Amino acid sequence: MADKRMTPDQVVARLSDGMTVGIGGWGSRRKPMALVRAILRSDLKDLTIVSYGGPDVGLLARAGKARKLVYAFVSLDSIPLEPNFRHVRENGLVEAVEYDEGMFLTGLRAAAQRLPFLPTRAGLGSDILTVSPHLKTIESPYDDETLVAMPALNLDVALIHANVADERGNAALTGPDQFMDDLFCLAAEKAYVSAERVVPSEELLKAAGCVHTLTVHRYMTHGVVEAPNGAHFTECPPEYGRDEAFQKAYATAAADPEAWAAFEQRFLKVESEAAYQAAVAEFAKENAK
Amino acid sequence: MSTDTLTDATRADVCVAAVADCFRGDGEIIGSPMGTIPTIGARLARATFEPDLMLSNGESYFFEGDARLGAKPDEFAVVGWIPYRQVLDVLASGRRHVMMGPVQIDAHGNANISAIGDWARPKRQVLGSRGGPGNTINHTTSYWIPKHSARVLTPKVDMVSCVGYDRAAATGSAGRFHEIRRVVTNLCVLDFETDTKVMRLRSVHPGVSVDEVVEATGFELVVPAEVPTSRVPSDEELRIVREVLDPRGMRLREVPA
Repeated sequence: MADKRMTPDQVVARLSDGMTVGIGGWGSRRKPMALVRAILRSDLKDLTIVSYGGPDVGLLARAGKARKLVYAFVSLDSIPLEPNFRHVRENGLVEAVEYDEGMFLTGLRAAAQRLPFLPTRAGLGSDILTVSPHLKTIESPYDDETLVAMPALNLDVALIHANVADERGNAALTGPDQFMDDLFCLAAEKAYVSAERVVPSEELLKAAGCVHTLTVHRYMTHGVVEAPNGAHFTECPPEYGRDEAFQKAYATAAADPEAWAAFEQRFLKVESEAAYQAAVAEFAKENAK
Repeated sequence: MSTDTLTDATRADVCVAAVADCFRGDGEIIGSPMGTIPTIGARLARATFEPDLMLSNGESYFFEGDARLGAKPDEFAVVGWIPYRQVLDVLASGRRHVMMGPVQIDAHGNANISAIGDWARPKRQVLGSRGGPGNTINHTTSYWIPKHSARVLTPKVDMVSCVGYDRAAATGSAGRFHEIRRVVTNLCVLDFETDTKVMRLRSVHPGVSVDEVVEATGFELVVPAEVPTSRVPSDEELRIVREVLDPRGMRLREVPA
């Protein structure tokens, strides 16, 4: 029986420059931030990031890890606009591909099903097709409807964060929305799941609470990382909500070059995930005063 | 007491009622309001004349009953699970009416929620197109604009995230489900009930003149000879809004009295 447990840095060691990396979660919700932070600590570059975007996209792009962003939106939810995403877009620092949310889902499904494309109505009439000339339409073979042929969003790697996993790579998404995480895994050559807790298989169902939450299966995943508070500062219900004070500090810093340099120094240019979590605990203590 | 009501109702209350009226006749479909006044308006519609409308908390829970703005799932009757993936599937079935907030909209109802300026390197990056393209081509859409201005209601939008009537017509049969019902602003109600499907002034809110609306609009509106005044919510509607749906008065932050 394969024990797939590894550290965030071991996951990153399996990635290489220029890869297409899909990231689960949605906006500032249940993002695999411990894995994102490990990429930030590495010398990886030229990544294509495919995400229903939140601070994962903002951080990787601002740090120069991403050459290209594929998204339908990038938002911090309680703060609607992601300041680092704004920074890289408004300064022309990344290539961008913008899809509709449903087109994005259709692209993941096509990749998961090993199809070159799937048809969808979404996108027709909009400038999504104008700004992305690689998108083509297709005539229905059954009637006179013209549809978008949404290309498969094939991923080299998917990174997701779960509430609980076992050491073999099964995982539960126990919050109110599972987003597209299982599809990200199926659309990828290799998928890595971080989790708040890793428990023995015998205890997984009990820890998950309900069999319907066990939607990430071990045939989808190639590595498991135990990362408590690993979605911070995004939310990971029911374990914890978004760290709004920290997110606000992040957003405020990102809007000013000097403040951003200080934020990076304190929270991102640290040697490990443990050092990050210690800096966050220190921040929380200061904030409570 | 209609006289009392007239003096009582704030501009925000008029906007809430105008939003509620957008959902009139929708029946048993999903109402998806984005933002404060749209959320209160959709809940008011369900509390009064549109009882079959299905509403979620904006995240994953369908609920029944009249929930206060910002109520948590343990404060209302949860009757369904509607995660984003299912929203994106159901919207293609057409059983949904969304109300979005555009940063730009033109006379044909093309709307931008993505980026201001050249999309390739925008002057101001906003959200991205989100679900706008799929929403507008698949089902009924309305818009809410809390600050009516010529910068928002503009001759040409920088990025068509949400499809207007001219663009939908050009898609052929795929555009057959397209409908932009109304645009509610802090000044007036607009619709597209014209032969040319060009935006028309449907009513002005009490205290607002037609000239004021024309002045604050960056393109030529269709203005009928007689422009009615937007309706003032009834006493019962006002009571529901004030006591049940928005006791903290969040609507007044969006549209000050």
